[in-house]
Amino acid sequence: MRAALKRFARNRMAVLGACIIGVVALLTALAPLLYPAGAFTLAGPPLQPPGMRYLLGTDALGRDVAAGVVAGARTSLLIGLSAALSAVLFGSLIGALAGYYRGATDIVLMRLTEFFQTIPAFLLAMLLVVILSPSVLSVIIAISAVSWPGIARLVRGEFVALGGREFVLASIGLGASGPRIIFRHLLPNCVSSIIAVGSLLVASAILLESGLAFLGLGDPNVMSWGLLISAGRVTLRSAWWVCTFPGIAILLTVLSINLIGDGLNEALNPRLRER
Amino acid sequence: MSDVVLDIANLTIGLPPGADRASAVQGMNLVLRAGEVTCLVGESGSGKSLAARAVLGLLPPRVGVSAGSIMFDGQDLTKATPAQLARIRGARIGMIFQEPMTALNPLHSIGRQIEEVLSIHTPLDRRARREKVVALLADVHLPDPAQIARSFPHQLSGGQRQRAMIAMALALDPKLLIADEPTTALDVTTQAQILHLIHELQRSHGTAVLFITHDFGVVADIADQVAVLQRGVLVEAGPRDAVLNDPQHPYTQALLAAVPRLVVPQRTAEKPGIVMLESIKARKEYRQKSLFGRGRSTVALDGVSVTLRRGETLGLVGESGSGKSTLARAMTRLLSIDSGDIVLDGDEITRLPQRLMRPHRQKIQMIFQDPYASLNPRQKVVDVIAEGPIIHGLPRPEAEARARELLGLVGLDPSAADRYPHEFSGGQRQRIGIARALALRPQVLVADEPVSALDVSVQAQVLALLADIKARLQLSLLFVTHDLRVALQICDRIAVMRHGAIVELADTVDIYHSPQHPYTKALFAAVPGAAWLQKEAAYAAP
Repeated sequence: MRAALKRFARNRMAVLGACIIGVVALLTALAPLLYPAGAFTLAGPPLQPPGMRYLLGTDALGRDVAAGVVAGARTSLLIGLSAALSAVLFGSLIGALAGYYRGATDIVLMRLTEFFQTIPAFLLAMLLVVILSPSVLSVIIAISAVSWPGIARLVRGEFVALGGREFVLASIGLGASGPRIIFRHLLPNCVSSIIAVGSLLVASAILLESGLAFLGLGDPNVMSWGLLISAGRVTLRSAWWVCTFPGIAILLTVLSINLIGDGLNEALNPRLRER
Repeated sequence: MSDVVLDIANLTIGLPPGADRASAVQGMNLVLRAGEVTCLVGESGSGKSLAARAVLGLLPPRVGVSAGSIMFDGQDLTKATPAQLARIRGARIGMIFQEPMTALNPLHSIGRQIEEVLSIHTPLDRRARREKVVALLADVHLPDPAQIARSFPHQLSGGQRQRAMIAMALALDPKLLIADEPTTALDVTTQAQILHLIHELQRSHGTAVLFITHDFGVVADIADQVAVLQRGVLVEAGPRDAVLNDPQHPYTQALLAAVPRLVVPQRTAEKPGIVMLESIKARKEYRQKSLFGRGRSTVALDGVSVTLRRGETLGLVGESGSGKSTLARAMTRLLSIDSGDIVLDGDEITRLPQRLMRPHRQKIQMIFQDPYASLNPRQKVVDVIAEGPIIHGLPRPEAEARARELLGLVGLDPSAADRYPHEFSGGQRQRIGIARALALRPQVLVADEPVSALDVSVQAQVLALLADIKARLQLSLLFVTHDLRVALQICDRIAVMRHGAIVELADTVDIYHSPQHPYTKALFAAVPGAAWLQKEAAYAAP
């Protein structure tokens, strides 16, 4: 693992991404100190341009955009991470069962996976949020529900490839049970691919969340980048800053996570190492 | 005979920092003459392949020639530009690799790939090239060369692919042929044919051949000159008979001593005990499903009956595809069979579900071929060995204590327990695999090619360990191998398998002195270096 970390550190772009995410996380942690009043309180006159008083300006209701961006970072990271994590857990489980037991289990689970993959992800997520009524939890559920199929297919593929390896046969020969082989022998050997792909899921989860919030399907009581952009779109021509700064925040965050994901993939994937 | 084709002088190949030694090859001097086969012999990691690749200018990234020269045809190859090397490769230096499947492009027909060589290096037109391709394929004794030219690599057998590779390598009548373990991936009978072919073509074309191998049997069959490489240093070189019969360097002596002899060692015969493991008319068929109804099917086991008695070692010998591994896995219930029965210690276990099979697993354990794939890379050695006892209900501390004890039994340091498999060499890993199998205190061990992936010197040690443990623990051993030499060393009885059936089953001594089946005789004849080994054996026996 330490060697992988060293390889990761050699990749400059990935380190840059990690630094940006580090800053975003730091801002999130410092939000109560920087903006103790919160993102929803009226801070001053409406539509003030960026300046000394209001760093990133104010929106049509006079709320501080900078406070909104910082609060939105918290939402984005929270939802992105938890949605990606639950998608990884669920996808791995489905993929593991399909890849280990094969046969009928495999056919049923993989057809289910394909069913989810063929429905446009964003529409399905919207539908789920509407059914569950918008809240942070329902957004997380909706995003993970549309993100797990990729992981499931990845894990199944790895399991099928590892299934014929002699160390698995050896465990069967020792009398090991199915769950033991899955959790002790097979899953630990695909952790690196899961981490690499899972990190990219975080980025797409953040994008999905912003999209949902933009359409008003986010939790109305929680500040989010998508919500900020949605609120600022009517004043886009007169007050560019309301939309632009949350947009830049989304761009930087998603880009950084993608860079980290690529870096992790390269560091953990032995086939890409010798380059 | 004395015209020098290749002159390697003081060649040193540097390795990147962090490798196990500073240079892969250190100050190597070697001269290759026209019409001679020079065998470069060494164990894995000796630098023999890198030396060959340096001649071709095909060293991997971050590895380079740091000193010395390689003179070919008045040109120093170490100083040649990539463009110059590309003109020499294929045209004046041909090459053959170990695995013909990966060396050929699967998307192009054999004929097209040979034609490509001709179109790059010669002005021949399309028709002339086509004719030349067919002539070349006929030269390497491929049946129906025109048909073969139209085939794709996957449609040919391993031996045919290697013949096609040789045809390609010799397409432009090179002065030098470099063959890197060209027969290692092949069956013994095919290997014998390919060696014969290389020898014949090389004599008729007057080509100099640099032949890389780890097998002294192959050396005895094909070499004019022998060069022995130990950890990058050329320790001995000279004419074949001198090196084989009167080795000077201790390393060469040790290597030669480790080569399994084609002879049955003196053994006190155990009196046969009760039947421990039996397969009765086991049958296994693999059906290829096709779109329309039933596809082709392969019979892996065709009603095989065999018994393993307490305290004996039974060898299953055969070439790839003979069904020997399938039988071993069927008898350990790692594979289900279509019909027939497997009886372990009086209990019929053929169709037991996994849960009911578990108590029987303690009695029978398996050792696998590939020391790299058979250990979970994410498990510590102690966990690998202790897993079996833990599954069968032994508390963890006791299981770990047993694991540490077993490490001593298989000749490993107790400190090995807390390390990961990748920190060990192939032979050491195989010892870990043996310890894992022994942890359940089984009565039957099934070893599937346990030494095929190991160097000869390590092979001898692991075989000795297996024999010792088997005797000490009163085990019955089912030993699967493709190598008759190894089988003769360790087995009491030998079953020869072909096409999923046992063609001959007899005591080792009988099968050695008077093989009955023609296939058994062919196997004996194909053992590399058979003549030399028998002469050696005659010397050794007082």
